[in-house]
Amino acid sequence: MFGLEKKDATLLVIVAILTLFAPFLLNPFPSESAMAQFNAGYPDLMQRFVIFGIFAIGFNILFGLTGYLSFGHAAFLGVGSYSAVWMFKLLSMNVIPAIVLSIVVAGLFSLVIGYISLRRSGIYFSILTLAFAQMSFNLAYSVLTPITNGETGLQLTLNDPRVLGQSATADGSIPVTSLFGLEMRSTYELVMGPWTFQFNAGYYLCAIIMVLAFYLSIRIFRSPFGLMLRAIKSNQTRMSYTGLNPKPYTLAAFVISGMYAGLAGGLMASMDPLAGAERMQWTASGEVVLMTILGGAGTLIGPVLGAGFIKYFENIFSKINDTVLHSWFSFMPDALENIVVILVHPFIGKGWHLTLGLMFMMVVIFLPGGLVEGGQRIRRLFRRKDDTPAAKTEPAE
Amino acid sequence: MGILEVKNVNKRFGGLQALGDVNLSVAENSVHAIIGPNGAGKSTLLNCLVGKLMPDTGSVLFDGHSVLGRTPHEINQMGISRVFQTPEIFSELTVLENMMIPCLAKRDGSFRMHAVANMFEETELVEKAEHMLESMNMAGKHHMPAAAMSRGDKRRLEIAMCLSQEPRLLLLDEPTAGMARADTNNTIDLLKQIRDERDITIAIIEHDMHVVFSLAERITVLAQGMPLVEDTPENIKGHPKVKEAYLGEAH
Repeated sequence: MFGLEKKDATLLVIVAILTLFAPFLLNPFPSESAMAQFNAGYPDLMQRFVIFGIFAIGFNILFGLTGYLSFGHAAFLGVGSYSAVWMFKLLSMNVIPAIVLSIVVAGLFSLVIGYISLRRSGIYFSILTLAFAQMSFNLAYSVLTPITNGETGLQLTLNDPRVLGQSATADGSIPVTSLFGLEMRSTYELVMGPWTFQFNAGYYLCAIIMVLAFYLSIRIFRSPFGLMLRAIKSNQTRMSYTGLNPKPYTLAAFVISGMYAGLAGGLMASMDPLAGAERMQWTASGEVVLMTILGGAGTLIGPVLGAGFIKYFENIFSKINDTVLHSWFSFMPDALENIVVILVHPFIGKGWHLTLGLMFMMVVIFLPGGLVEGGQRIRRLFRRKDDTPAAKTEPAE
Repeated sequence: MGILEVKNVNKRFGGLQALGDVNLSVAENSVHAIIGPNGAGKSTLLNCLVGKLMPDTGSVLFDGHSVLGRTPHEINQMGISRVFQTPEIFSELTVLENMMIPCLAKRDGSFRMHAVANMFEETELVEKAEHMLESMNMAGKHHMPAAAMSRGDKRRLEIAMCLSQEPRLLLLDEPTAGMARADTNNTIDLLKQIRDERDITIAIIEHDMHVVFSLAERITVLAQGMPLVEDTPENIKGHPKVKEAYLGEAH
């Protein structure tokens, strides 16, 4: 199906179904219940899941396949966002030209940075990409203020030309982003008993694009090009003595992953039309590295899982505050309750990074292959009783 | 004129003259061995042939074209394949994937953006790779990770990968180094088979005299970066200069 092996096609279909039904799946708790704060089925967060999923899928094409660890991918995301916002300012509020431009600009930008950074490998490559990203961040923050609007960030105003659209709506406000008239912010609420499910146009656009991006990444993984990228990670000496030039392969992988990052940035701006320099900061680059490793670098689904995992816990843990904790532990005697709350306090709210850091350490120590390896181990536990050797030796031709 | 012509090649590393006026001519479809004691410059010479090192002076012609100043992958695409002392294979990939890479390199050249085709739907290449593995007695190991194979199998895989590119010149750098006697004999048989069945020139660097004398048609002896003698195996065996070089007398 779709030119994929059966296993990959199944994975693609599962991902497609999960993203399609995400508004239900992520909202398992009734909206008035105490557990409602663990719900993740609201548009803003779901959009972030899939957008960072796209970012991580692209990053994985570079890092997972070739092993080149870039610490500057947020720069491409930021460039994508700026391009998209400029498109909204100058052309129209339609998201399609904005997204296309953000991919193209990020692609060109990554071509330049990749060409220079890929002259080195290993740690030197990482440092070069980090340096470029920090340069871009600082330029966006200060020198390039006419283009980026510096500290404030690039925003839409009523004076923007928008040659194919309108500068302001009839009632005098800034127009909203749309796909040929379908407003990205428009949300349909479905109330079923105590549950409220939200279906957001913007989320579904991002979700469809993520499924397509995921499909493309499967094709790349299984192609001769993908094989060459894995060969680069495995043994560059043998690669060049087999008549293959590793440079254009790594550069192509770098540009492809840069374009994925640009696409993610363009989508971010399409959901919320503003772009700030902080999107390019090194912490943002580090975050996509964490997502990829946490989920499982070099695996197909890992980066998506990692992105969802981090964004979910970022959101949930940062929302919990002391009041919530007190209500959780109210069954305890007061003194004990206070001690427990004090102990848990550093891990929640603004301290959620601590929790994330601990979880990341656990995964790296106990599951070096990321969440995907965890899943495989669980599956193996259940399959052990079945005929494993037979399944292993069966040729997959 | 031979398929490989090395003329007056010099290479210095600081104060050390690694190669001094080396001349070498390898005849087409022959097996030519280069021997010499440790530090004689054998590996330096080999590295000059494949683009890893640039000689200070001299020329290296392959089939009439200079290889100097070209990168390893360009030289490989000219028709020179190299087998390393420790097998250089793609350890993390499966045996079949290992074989697919040289097959793709042979068909598509040094770079081709081939990002949406399914690798295993390239039936012709898969068949070629499988056929090659069968002829090397490695059928049934297609989906094994290359790292899991024995040393001897890794060596065979590396040779098979080089051969699937149909090179005109195969360079072997101590192919039996660190092998048990039985593995060494297997490798000799394999190389004999390759020599007899293919139109291929083999240049081999070797320490093990048993290997050299059972394979080579011509032998060049290097000592301290200089070619000492070049002759047939029979004449090399009793040559006083060679004995001298190996026993380290004189000089």
